Amino acid sequence: MSYEERGQWVYIIVGVVTFSAYVAFVLSQAATTAVTEVDYVPAMLWAIGIAIALSIAGRILIEIVRPSETQVEDARDRDIGRFGEYLGGAVLAIAMIVPFALTLGGADLFWIANGMYLAYVLGSFVGTTVKIIAYRRGF
Amino acid sequence: MGKPTRVTNEIRRLRFDRGEMTQADLAQRIGVTRQTIIAIEQGRYSPSLEMAFQIAGVFDVPLDQVFQYQPKGAPST
Repeated sequence: MSYEERGQWVYIIVGVVTFSAYVAFVLSQAATTAVTEVDYVPAMLWAIGIAIALSIAGRILIEIVRPSETQVEDARDRDIGRFGEYLGGAVLAIAMIVPFALTLGGADLFWIANGMYLAYVLGSFVGTTVKIIAYRRGF
Repeated sequence: MGKPTRVTNEIRRLRFDRGEMTQADLAQRIGVTRQTIIAIEQGRYSPSLEMAFQIAGVFDVPLDQVFQYQPKGAPST
């Protein structure tokens, strides 16, 4: 497995875990209060910050335990990267319609912020999944 | 996505004909990762024209002795 493919595995695992933890936190708080009253901002910022930190730490840790043959990106990595970013970007653009519509409709900030967060997570998830499949099955 | 490439190749045979050149050695010569050579050999990745010429250059053979194209509907060889 190449250095870049390992990175995609780290991103998708970290992304799923941190977003799931965030959703679990919000739902647990929503059990005792109205969902729009949940203090979601610190939790969201923590989730995003931890995701970034874990992604960096994960890549470093994997390279310490099982170093890659090379950390240089080649033409195939760039091709797969562009393909994944293209599809992930398309999903992000479509998913952002929801928070945009919520904004125009004057929805609570809770729904707008979480709609945007979900759109980013979805775009990232699809893009990373596509890259992993391209690495595994072909491109 | 994941569509098998219609480009087949003789890289594996050519490597063995050249004193069992390793995938790592070929990868180093053309500046890609060993995983990319594996993907090309297995038909999971179609290299760019430039990379294809580089590979042919390593084996010192014409491009069509390394890569072949299987048109849709043509019987596979």
